[in-house]
Amino acid sequence: MTELLRLEKICKTFPGVIANDNVDLSIERGEIRALLGENGAGKTTLMNCVYGVYRPNSGKIFWKGKEVHIHRARDAIALGIGMVHQHFMLVPPLTVAENVILGLPSPREPLLELSKVEAQIRESGEKYRLLVDPKARIWQLPVGIQQRVEILKALYRKAELLILDEPTAVLTPGEVEELFVILRKLAEDGLAIIFISHKLEEVRAICEKVTVLRGGRVVDTVNACDTSARELAKMMVGREVFLKFDKPKIEPGEVVLSVKNLSARDNRDLPAVRGVSFEVRRHEILGIAGVDGNGQTELAEVIAGLREATGGTVSILGKDTTKKTPREIIAMNVAYIPPDRQHTGLLLDFSITENLVGKAFWKPDFSRSGFLSKKKLDLFADRAIREFDVRTPGAGLKAKLLSGGNQQKVVLARELSGNPDLVIASQPTRGLDIGATEYVHKQMLEARARGAAILFVSTELEEILSLSDRIAVMYEGQIMGIVPAQDADIHEIGEMMAGVRRLGEAVGSGEKMG
Amino acid sequence: MLEQIVAVILSVELYTAVVRMTTPLLLAALGSILAERSGVVTFSMEAMMLLGAVGAIIGSGLTGSAWLGLCVAMLFGALVGLIYAVWAVSIGANQIVTSVALNLGALGLSSILYVMTFAPAKGEVIEQVIQVPSLPAWKIPLLGDIPVIGTVFFNQIPIVYFGYLLIPIIWFILYKTTWGLKVRAVGEHPHAADTVGISVAGVRYISVVISGIMSGLAGAFLSIGMLNTFQEGMSAGRGFIAYTAIVFGKWEPLGVALGTVLFGAADALQLRLQAMNLAIPYQFMVAFPYLVTFITLVVFVGKAVWPASYGMPFQREGK
Repeated sequence: MTELLRLEKICKTFPGVIANDNVDLSIERGEIRALLGENGAGKTTLMNCVYGVYRPNSGKIFWKGKEVHIHRARDAIALGIGMVHQHFMLVPPLTVAENVILGLPSPREPLLELSKVEAQIRESGEKYRLLVDPKARIWQLPVGIQQRVEILKALYRKAELLILDEPTAVLTPGEVEELFVILRKLAEDGLAIIFISHKLEEVRAICEKVTVLRGGRVVDTVNACDTSARELAKMMVGREVFLKFDKPKIEPGEVVLSVKNLSARDNRDLPAVRGVSFEVRRHEILGIAGVDGNGQTELAEVIAGLREATGGTVSILGKDTTKKTPREIIAMNVAYIPPDRQHTGLLLDFSITENLVGKAFWKPDFSRSGFLSKKKLDLFADRAIREFDVRTPGAGLKAKLLSGGNQQKVVLARELSGNPDLVIASQPTRGLDIGATEYVHKQMLEARARGAAILFVSTELEEILSLSDRIAVMYEGQIMGIVPAQDADIHEIGEMMAGVRRLGEAVGSGEKMG
Repeated sequence: MLEQIVAVILSVELYTAVVRMTTPLLLAALGSILAERSGVVTFSMEAMMLLGAVGAIIGSGLTGSAWLGLCVAMLFGALVGLIYAVWAVSIGANQIVTSVALNLGALGLSSILYVMTFAPAKGEVIEQVIQVPSLPAWKIPLLGDIPVIGTVFFNQIPIVYFGYLLIPIIWFILYKTTWGLKVRAVGEHPHAADTVGISVAGVRYISVVISGIMSGLAGAFLSIGMLNTFQEGMSAGRGFIAYTAIVFGKWEPLGVALGTVLFGAADALQLRLQAMNLAIPYQFMVAFPYLVTFITLVVFVGKAVWPASYGMPFQREGK
């Protein structure tokens, strides 16, 4: 095998942060290499240096043995480096073919000529099982297909190295399998692939060699098959990680949340929640499993008062809250952790302090006759930052400058510091690394021990299985069944998630649990 | 009174006037579609038009050639576009605020330039109306001889014909050229355009300068095309009306052209009716086109789907 890319002592710093610290890396043709690391370990930054998005402060990049200087994406593309970003770089109203040739000269410059591109897309599509309709517009396509367009875009630019940044984060398990088939075919054809991930299992499934990054440095490069998931996790986090944990048995108490025959519509005004019923009790975690986009998000929003119910009722501690405003529901000691901490969860341009009191600033604890008490705010913020272990130089820092994990800690601090009776956690670990995920899980279990009822929505079956007391599976807005976690069968749940199976007696009635 | 109104509606003069009143709106609005689609708000058309109007007068007056007047108008418009692009694209200033500043500045600057050029002596007031060479009408052979249609459409000054051609030209650029693809991509997802090596700022600069040139031409139509003189603030809000036409037409060339015809027709109608000395207060007549604009905005703006990066400066992260 021949070496394609070599990095020597790459350093990249941002104000106050060393993102990459003397990183060496060597990639050969035809290999699928994993870059494994927690969020903030410097994986994406390193690849952005290779792709010309950032310029390293020092260090050398060699391409096919020659030193190269990559100043912008165009230089990287010209060399034969393609990158599929975590957030796709596709223009939604344009067609697949238009996106693929965007920025390239057309054979009939200055006129557009799409027919040749379309033919070529079909050709590579068949060769690598990357089937896409070249005339379809991006916004019409599911994310899994959009990702194929990104790969096609790189192939069309004659990429010899393909960098994939967290490619599975947006995919369903089935789509992940399909992606792996495609990647193996591409590698067989001599393409080198760098696979950025923080998921241990998939890294072991697809990659031969794994390079682990931690705190901007390379920890080690190991063979995937010789290394256990546990060892990888340890290298990645720098300490022992408990991938599985025991949760103490607690008898559930009174009913806190009761949802009866609830329906709601989504943003496109289509039915999203269709006649859902269940109950959640004190000391209990009800996990809502399901593939993303099956009404879980909308369900959580209705309960939090953020979305109108089109039918049915929600009651919290015996009071009907179906028509209540979010503030009235907050006042009933309900915590809501939104699925999207960057847009809904936090005001990114506000300071940590301001975010922390976002739900309580009008209370007498923090303000008097309309004036905020800075002293009380600061006291509260300092305590919350300590308690919830938010890593920040100060409480005045803007929320957008925190890492994803720390942002989520701020959300948790805001939501959980008041000992809520009900916690609605909508995908609270999405996009978080192992350490931060572990932290969220710990907080959920602590809230459970304190007596909160917890509705835990997640698309990650693993965490649903390990955290929940009972598991409800949602498919197309309906609950396919509710099963106690201790005798949950993963295949049965998988079939319910796919809508193939339904637990007749459990549908529409949460009352039967013990 | 009804009879008189019907007479106006049936008159050829009305439709000739519609074409004349539509042309400046059409030139500015269609010429600004590219800039708009690239994500830059062209609320500054008013300034570009006004400087185009004064530029045409100065060019025509100093050289004695209306054609050179047109060139100066486009140059002035392009300069306003360039200044706007520096603020809106390079500096990343708020585009509405910048546009308002430019529009107000242009009101003063155009008058100053006019006085500086045509005052008999330094510091003196221009008393008589300045007349400069204006553009002659070109009758198109054959087409111009068709009764009614020939008079209305094909017996106009050349800029009008250019306006007709602009509709397919802009459509072609937008959808059939690689440049047009770049413009659309930059307006919808500048980051994506950036990662495939397109210069977001470059595309926006060129588009905004084109908007300036075309709006300058629209201004020239007002001064040396319709009146062959200059009046302070003679664009009279047409830049804003052109903007409304863009929103009305949902950033599609044909739709935008339709919008300009709607507003042009409203303007022509009120002019003709005013001349009839009807029992309707003339203030209402003058307000009529603006009222149509206002109602259209209320009805259509809510439904418009704006380019995704509309009005937002693009900045690359972490270089």
